[in-house]
Amino acid sequence: MEKNMTYKTAVSTNGSAPIMTANGVDVYYGKKQAIKNVSLDIPENQITALIGPSGCGKSTFLRCFNRMNDTIDSCRISGDIKFAGQDIYDSKVDVVALRSRIGMVFQKANPFPKSIFDNVAYGPRIHGLSESKDHLEDIVITSLRRAGLYDEVSDRLNEPGTSLSGGQQQRLCIARAIAVDPQIILMDEPCSALDPIATAIIENLMDSMKEKYTIVIVTHSMQQAARVSQQTAFFHLGELVESGDTESIFTNPAQERTQNYISGRIG
Amino acid sequence: MSDDHIVSSFNEDMSRLESMFLEMGDIVAEQLKLATRALRKEDRVLAKQVIKGDKRLNKMEADLNDLAIKILALRQPFAGDLRKVVITLKSAGHLERMGDLTRNMAQRTNTITKAEADTGPIDTLIRMSEIVQDMISSIMQAYKDQDTELAINVRAQDENVDRSHNALFREMLTYMMEDLRNISGCMHVMFMAKNIERMGDNVADIAKELIYMNTGDWPEGKRTKSDKTSKMILEHDQKEK
Repeated sequence: MEKNMTYKTAVSTNGSAPIMTANGVDVYYGKKQAIKNVSLDIPENQITALIGPSGCGKSTFLRCFNRMNDTIDSCRISGDIKFAGQDIYDSKVDVVALRSRIGMVFQKANPFPKSIFDNVAYGPRIHGLSESKDHLEDIVITSLRRAGLYDEVSDRLNEPGTSLSGGQQQRLCIARAIAVDPQIILMDEPCSALDPIATAIIENLMDSMKEKYTIVIVTHSMQQAARVSQQTAFFHLGELVESGDTESIFTNPAQERTQNYISGRIG
Repeated sequence: MSDDHIVSSFNEDMSRLESMFLEMGDIVAEQLKLATRALRKEDRVLAKQVIKGDKRLNKMEADLNDLAIKILALRQPFAGDLRKVVITLKSAGHLERMGDLTRNMAQRTNTITKAEADTGPIDTLIRMSEIVQDMISSIMQAYKDQDTELAINVRAQDENVDRSHNALFREMLTYMMEDLRNISGCMHVMFMAKNIERMGDNVADIAKELIYMNTGDWPEGKRTKSDKTSKMILEHDQKEK
């Protein structure tokens, strides 16, 4: 039996076919249930926004998608999460390989204490994705371009990543995630520490990125969810209350709890 | 939906928007009532009062527009709140237009009263005005109570206004054919009737918008319209074709 599962590229029959499916997912931290029987499809090449008040479980749910919760000892997960038709919690899954297919960008930009070039080159190097020095340089430049950062840093690739502004650092982290050629990028509050201009640049970038990648974003900003996503899922007290196309959720939600949350009546 | 928003100043803005809209509706209904009374009593002073009163309505609509834009810009409402702000903004435009139509009615009353022109029977016109006054009052209640059923009923009532308009159109044509000296007065009455018929259409449009505001869905199908005046003609023998 093969030791590690590898991940095939998901083939969709149309633009909205799910690349990832969650079915009856429960998550516990010790005895406390953080996610209650959540089922949600993530459509390919779209942006899905997870919204809900603090503590509703949206970040916990996001972290299930690339098994980031595995690092928490007390965390227990049941139910089905399939990526490209394969169970990501199968014992044979190589978690490192999984995370190269499903990258993550965090709330606070966290560049490595290395040069801009080495930040982006890090992933391809450890995953052995580059065939030569020139190939690695191609990957780094392409990733920086896709993250909308290359023109701003092309003449200082050897300077530390930490020397960049907050918005540039976040785009550097996006370039770092892109460099290992993922299919899905998970974003946990990626703009919450950024000013409106840096936020707009990231949102514009997300819009262009969805042609190549599937994005799942957790955001506290309802306006951001409305601006960037095609699908929105509303979580409350660990339950998925409602999911659907973003326009419907923000103009005419089906559930009263969604209506009350997005119009600022429950926190 | 819970009534209160967590941000109390948002509640205050929404309440103010609602009360401004309701006040505009009250003023329009009162203006129409006074304009109709001025016609019936041949009261030029009252007619001038209606003409002057329209300025207040224009000012209120401008203030309501400012407030709605402020709410959209600063509060960025969603879902039911968003629909309420947008529909109130849109429906206030209908009320302002109804005010203009009432002012025009008062101006015509002033003209025919001053000229002592014979208008022929105006009972049908008064009936049309009363139906529209009731429709305005009901639609304001429907807005206040978020009563979709009432809005649906109001929308259907416009058919009665159209039917009365048809009858009046025929009466006026006949009256004018009887004596050419009646034409001036009758023409003004016909335009007043058209104004009231248009006001009925405006209320029906508000009703349609309120249905969307309350439910998130536009009503299916077109409402029944019975205004046949555009196809009506009388020949010299007064036989209708």
